[in-house]
Amino acid sequence: MPAQPLELILARQFGDSLNMPVFLVDTEGNLLFYNEPAEEIFGLRFNETGGMRLEEWATIFKPVDVDGNPLPPEGLPLVKTLTTRIPASGSFYIDNMKGERYFISVTSVPVIGRANRYSGAMAMFWKTASI
Amino acid sequence: MKVKIWGCRGSLPAPGPENVIYGGNTSCVQITHGDTFIVLDAGSGIQRLGKYMNPNVKEIHILLTHLHIDHMMGLGFFLPLYDPEVKVHIWGPDSGKESLLGNLRRYFSPPLFPVTFSELPHHPVIHELSQNTFSLGGLTIYTDYLCHPGATLGYRITDGKSTVAYIPDHELGLGSSNFPHDPEWTSGYEIAKAADLLLHDAAYNSKEYSTKIGWGHSSVRDTIGFAKMCKVKKLALFHHEPTRSDEQINHLLDTSLRNQDLDFEVIMCAEGDVFEF
Ligand SMILES: [Zn+2]
Ligand SMILES: [Zn+2]
Repeated sequence: MPAQPLELILARQFGDSLNMPVFLVDTEGNLLFYNEPAEEIFGLRFNETGGMRLEEWATIFKPVDVDGNPLPPEGLPLVKTLTTRIPASGSFYIDNMKGERYFISVTSVPVIGRANRYSGAMAMFWKTASI
Repeated sequence: MKVKIWGCRGSLPAPGPENVIYGGNTSCVQITHGDTFIVLDAGSGIQRLGKYMNPNVKEIHILLTHLHIDHMMGLGFFLPLYDPEVKVHIWGPDSGKESLLGNLRRYFSPPLFPVTFSELPHHPVIHELSQNTFSLGGLTIYTDYLCHPGATLGYRITDGKSTVAYIPDHELGLGSSNFPHDPEWTSGYEIAKAADLLLHDAAYNSKEYSTKIGWGHSSVRDTIGFAKMCKVKKLALFHHEPTRSDEQINHLLDTSLRNQDLDFEVIMCAEGDVFEF
C-alpha cells in the first residue's frame, strides 16, 4: 500500500485530536479514517474496521430524513464535495449499527494541498441530539 | 554513485574546537554519478564544496529541500555561480503562493545579500518541484512534501542499483499515525523505503523532542524507528543541534543504540563522510 499524501496524514492527525466526529475520505470516497467521536455515529470502532471501501461504508452509514426515508447520496455534503471539490454542508438523521438515530449537521471540505494536489475530503459532524 | 557530506549541522553553523569530528557546517551533500553533479541543499557547507570541487564540472544541479536559512545560507558563496563557464540549476519546492524564484530573490537582494541574480554571469535555471519524478543523467529522482514547517521536500535518488534518501528536516512525531507501525500513514516513507543510505533528521534526544513538538524535527529514537520501518540498509543521523559537541553526539548515539537489536548500521553523519555505491 503506497503511503498517503502528507495532507491526508496531517488531516488524520488533526481529526484524531478533535473531540467532534471527523471522517476522512480519498478522492474516490473510500473511508480512510474516522476518529473516536465518529465511532459512536457508526457504532463501529476504527481499530477493528480500519479504512473501508466506499461500497462497504455506504451500507453502514445511511442518512435518512425526518420520516426515516433514505436520502439520495448525491444530496449529501461529502458526496457533493467529492464531485465538485468545494465545501458543502447539510443536516440529516442517521441510524447507526446499534439502531440509534442521531440528528447531525455535516460540513465537508476538500483536501487540496500545495501545488493544488487534491487528495480527498474531510467531513466534520455536529451531533445535535440523540433521538 | 558517490555521496559526500559537506555539512550536516542543523539550524546554525557551529564551528569550534569541540566540533571537529562532526563539523560545523549546515546541510550540504554532494552526489556524483558519471558526469552528473548534484548538490543537496546549499547550507554553509556549499562554500567549501565550491572551492574544492572538480573545476571541469560545467553543469550543476542544486536541489533544495526547503528555504529555511540553514539550507540556503551558503548559496551566495558558491563560487561556480560566478563562473561564466558553469550552468547552475536550482530545484526547490513549489510553496503554493510565492514562486521559488521569488523566494530565492528575497535572499539574493539587499539588505540580506549585496548581489542579485541578474548580476550573476548566468541567471540560474529555476525548477519548481512538488511530488515529482524526474531524471538527471543516469539518476532518477523522486520528490514529495514532508512534515516540516513551510513547503519542504525530501529527495530519493537512485541510479538503478542503489538508492540514497535525503530527509534532513522532518518531524516524524507529527507526520504519522500509529508510529512506527504504519508505513501508509507515515510522512517520508515513499522517499526512504528500502534505501541503501538514509540521511535523516535526528536533531533531538527524546526528552528534548517532548518540549519541541511542532518545531519540525525528529528525535534520534523516532528516526531509528522510521529507518527500521523503511528497511533501510544504512542510517546516517543528520541535522545535529548546533549546541551539541562531538562528545555529546557520540554519547547520544551510544545511548540511542543501547538495547537495540538492529539489522542495519546507524551512524552519526559527519562532515567529510563519503559513501560509495
Ligand atoms: Zn534545517
Ligand atoms: Zn527546516
